[in-house]
Amino acid sequence: MSDKPQLTTIRKICSGIEGFDDITCGGLPLGRTTLLMGGAGSGKTVLSLQILAFSAAKHGTPGIFVAFEENARRVAANGEIFGWGIPELEKTELYFVDACVRADVVKSGAFDLTGLLVALEAKASEMGAKIIVFDAIDVLLGLLDDPAAECRELYRLSEWLTLHQLTGIVTTKVEDGQPAVSGRYGFMPFMADCAVLLTQRIVDRVAARTICVLKYRGSPHVLNEVPFVIGPHGIEVGSSNGIHPEPQPFDEKISTGVERLDEMLCGGIYRGTNALITGSSGGGKSSLAGAFIAAVCKRDERALYISFDENSRDIVRDLATLSIDLAPFMESGLLRMEAVRTESASSEEHFMCIKRMINQQQPRCVVVDPLSALARVGGGLAARAVAERLIYLCRNKGITVLFTSLLEGSDPHLETTTLHVSTIADSWIQIYYTLLNGERNRAVSIVKSRGSKHSNQLRELIFSESGITLADPYTAGGEVLMGTLRQEKEVAATLKRAGGV
Amino acid sequence: MNEQVRGTGHLNEGYVFKLYIAGGAPNSVRAFANLYAICRKHFPDSHRIEVIDVMKEPLRALEETVLVTPTVVKLFPLPAIRIIGDLSEEDAVLSALGLPQKEKP
Repeated sequence: MSDKPQLTTIRKICSGIEGFDDITCGGLPLGRTTLLMGGAGSGKTVLSLQILAFSAAKHGTPGIFVAFEENARRVAANGEIFGWGIPELEKTELYFVDACVRADVVKSGAFDLTGLLVALEAKASEMGAKIIVFDAIDVLLGLLDDPAAECRELYRLSEWLTLHQLTGIVTTKVEDGQPAVSGRYGFMPFMADCAVLLTQRIVDRVAARTICVLKYRGSPHVLNEVPFVIGPHGIEVGSSNGIHPEPQPFDEKISTGVERLDEMLCGGIYRGTNALITGSSGGGKSSLAGAFIAAVCKRDERALYISFDENSRDIVRDLATLSIDLAPFMESGLLRMEAVRTESASSEEHFMCIKRMINQQQPRCVVVDPLSALARVGGGLAARAVAERLIYLCRNKGITVLFTSLLEGSDPHLETTTLHVSTIADSWIQIYYTLLNGERNRAVSIVKSRGSKHSNQLRELIFSESGITLADPYTAGGEVLMGTLRQEKEVAATLKRAGGV
Repeated sequence: MNEQVRGTGHLNEGYVFKLYIAGGAPNSVRAFANLYAICRKHFPDSHRIEVIDVMKEPLRALEETVLVTPTVVKLFPLPAIRIIGDLSEEDAVLSALGLPQKEKP
């Protein structure tokens, strides 16, 4: 027999939110107190209720939700819009306590939480509850109006949870922009075993939410701030350190949809890789993307086309003028086209939304046109991370992605993209405008194509009613001829051949 | 503490209180003593105090949304009012009950 205390590793309860379990390395500490802090509307109530409802639904773990601020019925109803099945769970596994502090209550002298805790204890043992949420504890503590008493009652609560081996989730407001450990309830993170901060900021007029695990006793956790969104089914937390790209086998090449472009790429692009098309406005990026997606569908592969600039009907109409007909593929469901308004959401929300679309459509190839649109919202840093994660997400699923990006600035030779995605692109096709002899001509070249030979030529890109193609290269004096000059040279060559016969 | 009735007379014209306490917790004991003293002083013949010990009837506290102890509910005369604390701040209690407050020296 040993007198040494037993060292036990922390056991955790899964939150059911993939990204949240990631950053907490497995979920909330079992039988301990977790503190969720955040400003108004930061998602504290949703997160706590989601975890409670998930545990009840998936593991049959009964739980109690104590609402100090909002009406408990309203909390339950709000949770129902996410489709967590709360009315059904309320029959056995979930219990809501309406603990709103009434406005007309009169205070006279000292009081404490004993009554509530005794009552909850009875209820918890009656229904076998293991998890208990105290939502907006600051409202109750505010009644005490005495820092020493507030601290004492919180410790009472924490000890009570520990004593009864209940997993506690306590939410409290913190002022935006203030460090979580300052101010009136600054002692709270020290009391809890796990402290999580939720933040909502407005970046470029678009709301961006982030979550950060401040501390986690006895467990490693991700230190970084991680983006999250409140989607149609509740909270979704983005991955903390991005998605690690897995190496992809380069064995099969697929067509870009333009035969001569495939030739330049020595057979097309490798399946499972990504290709970037850059160019100025009106350069023909969307048309090339359309040709690619049509080729995908012709091979009977499922495809997804996400457009940030135009609505689907306009894209289909415009492509029809180039003899690219996407309508039948859309009707058969092989192709899903989604037009997304960039300004409508943060880049993180777009990412989650695209991820959902990918999961629904199960495409083999995806087009994002243009990826640079993400940079218009929510700040460059967030958008860059999202672009990168999107590319790696597809890569890890073996999906071939073609994304376009607008080249900004006057110098087309600068060859940088807004999101700096060119460095992670496997193939990079650049569309140029050449202004020469009173003509504006489009030209295309391959900047890079990883793991493959590719042409170094600059070729004229021709859009016509019969489709997209590249002109034969005609050079004169070391220069590639385009437009009228090329046509003259072609005619001359034809005449010469005819004359030679 | 058991349910207690104090005072006699026309109860439906008197004061009816519910006092929620947590067993013999010091602030609960003080609350009872303070409430009893106020009743004796201001309406000696027309009051009733029902004491509910949440330690004995925990689920009742949930049903009646009693969060903190001690809590006093004045049921009658209407309107019902709720006072939390050990009632040591007598002025606040008297003012809530609509009674004249102690004269300031």
